[in-house]
Amino acid sequence: MSLAPTPSQTVGPFYGYALPFAKGGDIAPTGHPDTVTVHGYVYDGAGLPIPDAIVEVWQPAPDGSRTGAPGSLRRDPVKGEIIGRDGVAFTGFGRIATDADGHYVIRTLPPGGAPYLSLIVFARGLLHHLYTRAYLPELTDPTADPLLASLSPERRDTLLATPDTGSAPGVLRFDIRLQYDGVHEETVFLAFD
Amino acid sequence: MTTPLTQGDISAEIADEREAYAKRVADGAPVENHPSRGYAPYRSSVLRHPKQPLVAVNGDPEAVELTGPAFGVTDITAFDHDLTRQHHGEPLGERIKVTGRILDREGRAVRGQLIEIWQANASGRYAHQRDDHPAPLDPNFTGVGRTLTGTDGEYEFVTIKPGAYPWRNHVNAWRPAHIHFSLFGTAFTQRLVTQMYFPGDPLFAYDPILQSVTDESARARLVAAYDHDLSTPEWSLGYRWDIVLDGPAATWIEEGR
Ligand SMILES: [Fe+2]
Repeated sequence: MSLAPTPSQTVGPFYGYALPFAKGGDIAPTGHPDTVTVHGYVYDGAGLPIPDAIVEVWQPAPDGSRTGAPGSLRRDPVKGEIIGRDGVAFTGFGRIATDADGHYVIRTLPPGGAPYLSLIVFARGLLHHLYTRAYLPELTDPTADPLLASLSPERRDTLLATPDTGSAPGVLRFDIRLQYDGVHEETVFLAFD
Repeated sequence: MTTPLTQGDISAEIADEREAYAKRVADGAPVENHPSRGYAPYRSSVLRHPKQPLVAVNGDPEAVELTGPAFGVTDITAFDHDLTRQHHGEPLGERIKVTGRILDREGRAVRGQLIEIWQANASGRYAHQRDDHPAPLDPNFTGVGRTLTGTDGEYEFVTIKPGAYPWRNHVNAWRPAHIHFSLFGTAFTQRLVTQMYFPGDPLFAYDPILQSVTDESARARLVAAYDHDLSTPEWSLGYRWDIVLDGPAATWIEEGR
């Protein structure tokens, strides 16, 4: 059986009250010593940062479990406000709206059993979301990973988060380029069939 | 100074895109269920889509994307699915119920997953700082809802019918009334953000966002059906909209649960 899917449409510009939530990028329990920070900018084909993109992240827990856990958007049952994760359950899911500079920040724990964070990008102007992966350098052997090994070095490098020079250890940079801007390689985006 | 882009210009581009698609399919190309990201009549897409082909990750049973996030009762409150009861007073507009089922492409119900919606108010204005359309805000309407799907994949929202609104894709551009939907399946590959439209809207033909779905039957799947049996006497009108999520999922999850 194969049903015809419902088509995608752009997220548009006005998701602000609906999708972003407080601490959406803070997947790691507060103050956890193993926390890694992955941050970067989302750019368009003119090389300009995109201030109205949304980045979602999904990953296995540090123990390798892939079931996730509820509670990413935990709510105050009295006022209805989003009060954030409880700091114990590792939900594996995060959602970050880029700020006015097109910047996003994820604070998480390294995934178990996979060397990457799975990312989705949504934006006004983007009619169908895009999948990519941020590979974490300490977990990644680029010659052993089947996806990375299949790519040319220039293309492959767009999937590798890199230590952020001048920042504290554990801070990684991962920029997402929706389109080649004449200078910088376009990020590799993925399809799953 | 460049000549302002008219509806006639955009409509001509829409017709060209549709003709090109019909020719591709006649020549044996597959049916396209989703919009092409480079659909130029929607001008914001021009600098915001990749030009390289997507890299297929097929046949890797270990791909993390074959699993996905979980949500539960802690992520939802009792009033989230009723957008007419989130303030002290009632919003203005035509009260409606929107209901349907979420299935994956294998026809399996998507259970216990998160649906989020957002929409303009009855006057076509979003409660968003950057919406400068000079239509009234409604102090009793934020236009945001959430729910979890039931055991058969069913969902229900109570809201008001959103108004059409202008935008700046071209001169005199108007969006048909729509509700934005965000959906999760059992796998991250099944993620969907889309828009639901109302049957018979005269703006359909003019709208490059809806028309970016060049396949006619695919486009029809974005339009809810008015269902008189879902209308509540002396209370609200009812619409049915079933959603099918694309993309594969890990079968081991199904077995493990
Ligand atoms: Fe909209």
